[in-house]
Amino acid sequence: MSETEALLEIKNVGKEYDGNRVLKDINFTVDKGKIVGLVGENGAGKSTLMNILFGMNVIVETGGYEGEIYFDGKKVNFKDPVDALNAGIGMVHQEFSLIPGFTVAENILLNMEKTQQSVISKVLGKRLDTIDLPSIHESARSAIDKLGVQLDSQSLVSEMPVGHKQFIEIAREINREKVKLIILDEPTAVLTETEADILLKSMRRLADMGVSIIFISHRLREITEVSDKIVVLRDGQVVVETPAEGVDIGQVAKWMVGRDVDTENIKTSKVDKIENKEIIMEVKNLWVDMPGETVKDVSLKIHQGEILGIGGLAGQGKLGIPNGIMGLFPSGGEIIFEGKSLPLNNTLEAQKNGISFVSEDRRGVGLLLDESIDWNITFNAMQIQERFIKPYLGGLIKFRDDKAMKECADKYIDELEIRCINEKQLARNLSGGNQQKVCLAKAFAMNPRLLFVSEPTRGIDIGAKRLVLNALEKYNEENNTTIVIISSELEELRSISDRVAIVCEGKIFGILPPDAPVEKFGLLMSGIHTKEEGEK
Amino acid sequence: MKNFDRKKLNRLLTGSVVPLMFLIISLIAIPISKFTGVYLADQIVTRLVRNSFLVLSLLLPIMAGMGINFGMTLGAMAGQIGLIFINDWGIKGAPGLILAAIVSTPIAILLGYFGGKVLNRAKGREMITSMMLGLFISGIYQFFLLYLCGSVIPFKNPGLLLSRGYGVRNALNLITAKGFDSLLLIKIGGVNIPVGTFLIIGLICLFTVWFKNTKLGHDMRAVGQDMSVSGSAGIDVEKTRIQSIIISTVLACYGQIIYLQNIGTLNTYNGADQAALFAAASLLVGGATVAKATISNAIIGTALFHLMFLVMPVAGKYITGQAMIGEYFRMFVSYGVVTLALILHSWKRQKDKEMDRRLDREISSAPK
Repeated sequence: MSETEALLEIKNVGKEYDGNRVLKDINFTVDKGKIVGLVGENGAGKSTLMNILFGMNVIVETGGYEGEIYFDGKKVNFKDPVDALNAGIGMVHQEFSLIPGFTVAENILLNMEKTQQSVISKVLGKRLDTIDLPSIHESARSAIDKLGVQLDSQSLVSEMPVGHKQFIEIAREINREKVKLIILDEPTAVLTETEADILLKSMRRLADMGVSIIFISHRLREITEVSDKIVVLRDGQVVVETPAEGVDIGQVAKWMVGRDVDTENIKTSKVDKIENKEIIMEVKNLWVDMPGETVKDVSLKIHQGEILGIGGLAGQGKLGIPNGIMGLFPSGGEIIFEGKSLPLNNTLEAQKNGISFVSEDRRGVGLLLDESIDWNITFNAMQIQERFIKPYLGGLIKFRDDKAMKECADKYIDELEIRCINEKQLARNLSGGNQQKVCLAKAFAMNPRLLFVSEPTRGIDIGAKRLVLNALEKYNEENNTTIVIISSELEELRSISDRVAIVCEGKIFGILPPDAPVEKFGLLMSGIHTKEEGEK
Repeated sequence: MKNFDRKKLNRLLTGSVVPLMFLIISLIAIPISKFTGVYLADQIVTRLVRNSFLVLSLLLPIMAGMGINFGMTLGAMAGQIGLIFINDWGIKGAPGLILAAIVSTPIAILLGYFGGKVLNRAKGREMITSMMLGLFISGIYQFFLLYLCGSVIPFKNPGLLLSRGYGVRNALNLITAKGFDSLLLIKIGGVNIPVGTFLIIGLICLFTVWFKNTKLGHDMRAVGQDMSVSGSAGIDVEKTRIQSIIISTVLACYGQIIYLQNIGTLNTYNGADQAALFAAASLLVGGATVAKATISNAIIGTALFHLMFLVMPVAGKYITGQAMIGEYFRMFVSYGVVTLALILHSWKRQKDKEMDRRLDREISSAPK
């Protein structure tokens, strides 16, 4: 099989989850001692491909994959990660898998410790061997040296800066004697630029020692800088496999996001008109402590009556913005809404001021799953605005106004085409798309002046997607309600928004008109200012 | 850097604030109680002998991240069953105690295995689950002693049985009383020091230190800090956790035997009930948390907790003229300490997480 120097050969690999195709006919090779940069948007299939390669359980449990994988000349089909490890594939995950209370050396050699036999362990078994600490530190140091970085093998991981942790993980993988291929999944995401540069140098060192590397990153500058070959995935297919030499960043960005779009879907720019309108909300230096979606420093002006799209890759903090403003996660900074300062960390106050939020967590935050549709739609209006309530005895006793609730629910069921038996059906029993429509109706029922909609089309089918987006557009036109829509799907944002802001690494990286060229969006998502393009 | 120092200081404070508080309260109460120094020293030594083994048995599950093993009552019950059988067979002194340990070890291993299995299904809620498990097994224990002993299981000595002919009596005088204590008993200035028992306790301390350095102990520490990371490194998480509970249960079984030989009488049906609570309180008073505990936490905690136990009722009697107040105070304090420690721990863990994330944010948004 090894006609070339290929270490890994992926042939016609495909994968379906419950009839949902995520990978189609993937072909590419990784040569010995070379670095392959793997690029793709969220949902392009990178993770699935890596899961297949590493024999993760999800793949086996969902019926395996199609196609063939050749590793080191042999056809392989790993049943679990241990198989892959034994064959010589190491994986460094995006989240750190380190034990905080252990030293660097103990982490590098976790469960690969060198031990010494004692009298007791001879009787009671191997697990009672004593740990040989000096030799652990010795092997750890040699692994660290291979990386060419400065790390003290004795210090505790919990007391180390984040940047160093990535190196410990990599050192752990190269410490395995047989390792031939290392997969690095977004290793630079948490690093500062200088730290990332050191990491890139270490990767080159490893490659020169004969270890192949698959490098996944959304920072395209790093990809073009370090890779020998670039593979771009889009919608589950390899769109480009090319030597990295001479490829520029803009080109890669275009490959990554630029599917053949029917341009008529894209809204034409009226940014000038928007920016003349008065500002309804100004966000200054907002930070939000939302796990996995941290917002670091966001400043943003939202204009009256516009639809503002906020996009960006997962984990960069776009979801943190509405969740922080609505007080669902601890946050700080300053928010001025309609000329008045809005207190943070106070959901009730935000809602009372006429701001509504449709959460991305539909089933958790958005709905009362075991209550009926009419209850769900009117719940917030009832709680916050005291509507749908009939007072008796001069307000001493308040009863629900069931008739008004039914009227309101029926109105929205009709308007949004919510498919259900009647307004008394439980929210749990609706399909994803219809649940989302109930969430929208709930927000509309509050008559908001500013509406945040987070991932409105996540996990619903295409037909329902269009309905949801149309409903938002219509509501914006008819009521002149300002809408901020946060979505991972760039095309969706470009089809509905008046302006699109791109979030990267917890900050707004740029705001573009929806009809700006697609590679500009791609570059912003990768954390590159479009101005820099000319300089480099 | 500033954050870093604050974190260290915090850790030091939360580590020693509880023991200091107990020391101060006791120091105030000692003069009021009018106890002599020699009497107190003698009593503290006795309490250390009696209780420290039980407290030490809690260390391993904490290391394995399972919190305080309130299921150690399972081990205590196993130990009591062993002692009851030895009492019936009439073997006296230290040999009797050793035989009791041998008889009860398989029972403790079995119960520990069962407990570990159950706790693996209740990850993150180990403490409350083990407490409930203790109450449940207590029911089986009572059934075994009340109905099976003397009827299905033959007893030689009818004096141990209830007058109806089967079922063990409520209170037994142990013929193995002071079996270990009298082995090497020396007296220094009116203070009795049972060196034999202390040697056994020293042995268990050595065992714990040695065990931490074995592969199994190392794995337990890893599992205790992060189960998923350990699992992905190939450590058998479930098995490791079960083993920590088994060892803890067996040690608790020996601990209860040592405890009872010092007291000399066995309260057959509720003797084990409070064992876990008092051991847990002792450990926490010594400055341990539900995530980190050391041998010194255990020893210091046992001494301090029992010092307070000794002086408070008497001090309370002198102040209020009522002995009951002191007794009430004991229960109040021991439950209070456990509750406080649990709240402090989860509060601190949350704060630490928030602080880490904040630090993260500050580092990455700092000008490059």
